Amino acid sequence: MPLVGIRKLWHYLTRYIDSFLLTGILLLMVVGLITLYSATGGDINRVIKQAVHMFIALSIMWLVANIPLQQIMRLALPLYVLGFVLLIGVALFGEINNGARRWLNIGITRIQPSEIMKIAVPLMMAWYFDKHEITLRLREYLGAAIILLLPVLLILRQPDLGTALLIAASGFYVLFLAGLSWRIIGGLIVAAAGSVPVLWSFMHDYQRQRVLTLIDPSQDALGAGYHTIQSSIAIGSGGIVGKGWQNGTQTQLDFLPEQSTDFIFAVFSEEFGLIGNSLLLLLYLIVIGRCMVITANASTQFTRLIAGSITLTFCTYIFVNMGMVSGILPVVGVPLPLISYGGTSLVTMLLGFGILMSIQTHPKLVKT
Amino acid sequence: MRSIVELRNHPLELYKFRKRLTICAGFVLLLFLTLFTRFFYLQVTQGEHYHTLAEANRISIAPLVPNRGLILDRNGKILAQNYSTYTLELTPNKIPDLDATLKELANYVEITPSDLEQFRKLLRENKRFKSLPIRSRLTDEEVARFAANRYRFPGVEIQARILRYYPYGELAAHVVGYISRISDKDLEQLEASGELDNYRGSHFIGRIGIEQSYEQELHGITGFDEVETDAAGRSIRVLSRTPPISGNNLVLSLDIDLQQVANDAFGDRRGALVAIDPTNGEVLAFVSKPGFDANLFVGGIDHKNWKQLNESIDRPLNNRALRGVYPPGSTFKPFMALAALELGLRSPWYTISDIGYFSLPGTERRYRDWKVGGHGRVDLHKSLVVSCDTYYYGLAHDMGIDRIHNYIKQFGLGEKTGIDINGEVDGLLPSREWKMRRHNQRWYAGDTISVGIGQGYVLATPLQLAFSTGIIANRGKAFQPHFVKQVTNSQTGVTRELPKNLLYTVDHETQNMELVHRALVDVTKPGGTAASAAAGARYTFAGKTGTSQVIGIKQNERYKEELVAERHRDHAMFVAYAPADNPKIALSVLVENGGSGGSTAAPVARQVLDYFLLGILPESKTADPVAASEHTHPH
Repeated sequence: MPLVGIRKLWHYLTRYIDSFLLTGILLLMVVGLITLYSATGGDINRVIKQAVHMFIALSIMWLVANIPLQQIMRLALPLYVLGFVLLIGVALFGEINNGARRWLNIGITRIQPSEIMKIAVPLMMAWYFDKHEITLRLREYLGAAIILLLPVLLILRQPDLGTALLIAASGFYVLFLAGLSWRIIGGLIVAAAGSVPVLWSFMHDYQRQRVLTLIDPSQDALGAGYHTIQSSIAIGSGGIVGKGWQNGTQTQLDFLPEQSTDFIFAVFSEEFGLIGNSLLLLLYLIVIGRCMVITANASTQFTRLIAGSITLTFCTYIFVNMGMVSGILPVVGVPLPLISYGGTSLVTMLLGFGILMSIQTHPKLVKT
Repeated sequence: MRSIVELRNHPLELYKFRKRLTICAGFVLLLFLTLFTRFFYLQVTQGEHYHTLAEANRISIAPLVPNRGLILDRNGKILAQNYSTYTLELTPNKIPDLDATLKELANYVEITPSDLEQFRKLLRENKRFKSLPIRSRLTDEEVARFAANRYRFPGVEIQARILRYYPYGELAAHVVGYISRISDKDLEQLEASGELDNYRGSHFIGRIGIEQSYEQELHGITGFDEVETDAAGRSIRVLSRTPPISGNNLVLSLDIDLQQVANDAFGDRRGALVAIDPTNGEVLAFVSKPGFDANLFVGGIDHKNWKQLNESIDRPLNNRALRGVYPPGSTFKPFMALAALELGLRSPWYTISDIGYFSLPGTERRYRDWKVGGHGRVDLHKSLVVSCDTYYYGLAHDMGIDRIHNYIKQFGLGEKTGIDINGEVDGLLPSREWKMRRHNQRWYAGDTISVGIGQGYVLATPLQLAFSTGIIANRGKAFQPHFVKQVTNSQTGVTRELPKNLLYTVDHETQNMELVHRALVDVTKPGGTAASAAAGARYTFAGKTGTSQVIGIKQNERYKEELVAERHRDHAMFVAYAPADNPKIALSVLVENGGSGGSTAAPVARQVLDYFLLGILPESKTADPVAASEHTHPH
C-alpha cells in the first residue's frame, strides 16, 4: 500500500515535469554549487544559502509547469500592465542607489520592476501576436514594437543599460520568430549601426569607460580594466586541464572580483581548464537543444513564440556572461545562468523553464 | 507591404517558424563556437603567457595608508602622534579551527582574557575575510617567536601597523578626541559619501573631538603600490607607486601647559573651564573634569575599562565644557545690567533699598536675596559687586521676558557657538514661545523673576559662558570660538592660517559698557564677591561669581551647605577676563557641587590667570582650591 502511495505521489509530482530538461538543469546547478564552494574559499554557509535559493526556484518552476498554458496566457496582459505601472512608479518615486533609480519601495519590501519585465515583455508580445495571428501585417509588428520599446525606454532612463538591452533582445527574438521580414531586420541593423554615435553620446562615463576598457584593458589597469585583466589571467592560466578544484590561485588569493557572482565562470575556468569549459559549453548546448525541441514542437503561436524567446534569452545570458568574463564583451552585470550566486536571476530563469515544461507536458491544443 | 489578407495555412506557418528557429539555432552554435575559440586562444595559444602571469608574477594592488596628520598645541607640543607597532592579526575565513588556533597561539604570544574578549567582539562585528587584530604592541621577542612558528598558523599574520598615541592622555582628551577602528557602519557611511576608496587599507577613523571633526584634513590621501607577487602572495617588486599623501598637521590654539595648570587647579573636583582669547576667538584651555585616557580607545577599549568609564558616577566621558548645561546663576547679571542701561530701564544712579527679598506687587511670595537682611541701598554698580539678587528680581520684572530674551540672545547664550568640534548643545535662553512649545504653558510673571538671577529655566554651557564673557571683555565684538589655528600641509610644509572670524558686534553705548566693566573689576577688589581669590594679583581683572542651584529650596527654607549631601550642593561658577583694560583672556569656571563661586571657582580662575599672564605656577600643584579660601559664602 505505501508503495502505491509513494508511486502516486511521484506521479503527481512529475506529471508536468520534463525530466530531460530537469536533469540538465540539476547538473548545471551542481556545477554551480561545486564552483561556488571554491569561489567562496570553502564557505559552506554560502553554498547552503544558494542551495536554498535553488530549492525555492525549483519549486516555482514546478508550480509554473503545473499551470496549463491557457492560464499563463491570461496572465500576460495583467503582468505586463503591472510591470509597466511599477516602472512608472520607479521613475517617479524610485529609490536612488549609486546614481540609478531602479528600486521601488512598496512598503513591505523593495522590488526591482525591471526584473518582472524580463518575463512580462516576451509574454505580452507572444500574447499579442497570438491574438493577431490571422492578420499579421506591418501594423501588428509596429504594435509589438511599441509593447517592447515602452518598458525598454523606461529602464534605459533609470539608467540600466544592461537590463534594457537584455529585455530588448528577448523582445526582438519574439519579433524575429513571428516572422519579421528580412528587409526590416536589415533596416534595423543599419539603423543600429548608425545610432552607435548617438548611443555613445547618451552613455554615462562609466559605461564608455567599460567599452574603452574592452578595447584596451591595460590602459586602466587599476580601475575598470582590473576585472577584465584578472579574469583573463584566471581563464588563461587554467590551461587545458585546469589547476584543480580549490587550487585556482587567482581565485584563492582574491585576485578575482565578484568571484561568486558575475565572474564565477573565471573560477570554474581556472580550476577546470579548457576541458571543463568545453564540457560546460556542451552541457549548456544540451539544455538549449532540449529547449529548441520543445519550441519546435509547440502547438500554438503563443507557445512557440514564448518558448523561442525564453530559449534564446537563456543563450544570450550565457554568451554575454562568458564573453564578458573572457574579455570579448564589455563588463555588464549579467550572471551566468544556473551557476552564479544569487536568488533573483535563478527564479527568473526557472520561471522560464517552468513555462517550457508546461508547454511540453500539457496536452497540445491545435488551433483549428 | 502586401495589402491582401493572407489566409493562414497551419503547416506553412509552422514550416516558416521552424525555419526561423533553425537560423537561431545556427546562430547560437556560432556564438558558442566563438566562446570556444576565445577559450582556446586564452588557455592554449596564450596559455603559457597567462600561466606565467598567474604563477610567477601576479599583479596586485596594495594600498599605502597615509600617515595621519599630527595635532599640536599652540607652542608646537605634540598632542596626538603616530607610532608603528607590530600587531598579531587573524583572518577568520582562512583559519580552519579558530578556537584551536587561539589556544595554540597563546603558547607563543601572550593573550589575555580581555584581548580574547575584544577579538570575539571584532569577530561578531566584521566580515570573515577581514584581518582582525588580537594583540598589538608585540615585543620583539614575541615577534621572533611567532615568526619561527608561522608555518603552523595559516591565516595568522604579524602586521606592522601605525597606531595613534596621545602623550597627554587624559589632559586634552575632550578636545583632541581619539581614533578607533573603522566599523562596518563607518564603511557604509564612507561608501555613501563616496570616500570609501580613500579608506582602502585604513584601519582607523576619528571618533570624537578634533580627530573627528577634522577627519578629512587629518586622514590624508591613500596611495597605491602596483606590486608583482609570487604564488604565495609575497611581493617581489613594486611596478609602480602612487605615494600616499600624509594628512595635514593641525596646530591648535590650545596651550597645553595652561591646560595642565587649569586641570590641576581643580584638584579632585568635577567641573569645567573654558578660556578664550576674546580678541580672536582662539580657545586657550578647555578642561572637563574628570577626563579619560584617550589612548584606551585607540586599539579598541576593553570591557572592564569601558564599564568603569561609562558607569562612573563622575561621568568622565561627558564633555562638561561642551555639553554640560547649568543655570549660569549670578554670572548672568552683567548681561542683565547692560540690558537695563541700554534699554533705558535703569540709570546708574537709580537705587533700591534691599531688605532681603523681593515680592511681586500684590503677592505674598518672597524671592529671597542670598544675604539675610539684604544689602541696604544698592545701585547698579553695587548690585554687581556684591551680587545683589533683589536688584535683579525687580529689574527682571520691569524688563519682562521678551526684552530679556531678545537682548541677551546677542551674547550667544542659549544657542550653539559653532565651535569646531562636534556634539555641542544649545543650552536655553527661555522665551514665551519656547515655554508654550515645550511645556504647553503660558509664561508667568514669576518665571521672569528667577531668570533675572540666571536661575529658573536659563541653562548655559561653560563654553557659552566663556564666549559671552569674551564679548563683554572685547567691548561687544564676538569672535567665532575655535580650536584649530593653523593647518600645515605635511608634504609641502605650507601653513594655512585659519582667519579669525568676527561674527558680529553687539551694538552698545560705550559709557554703559564701561560702567558694567568697572563694576566687574570691583568684584575682584575688597568688598567684592571675588575679593579673596583676587587678593595680591599683580594685574587687574574683572570677574563675576555665580552659584547654580542643583536642588530647589522651599519657600521658607534657607540653603545650608553643611546639611546638603555633596552631590546636591550648588555648582560654583566664575567668569573673568584679564588684564581688565586690554583683555587677552576670557574664561568661565564651573566647579560641580562646589558651593559658592567666590570660594571654589574663582581660585581656579586665579591660578589660570597667574600662569597665563605672569607665567607663575601655583605653589603646590595639587592644591585643593577649597582649602584656599574658607567659607565666606558670597553668592
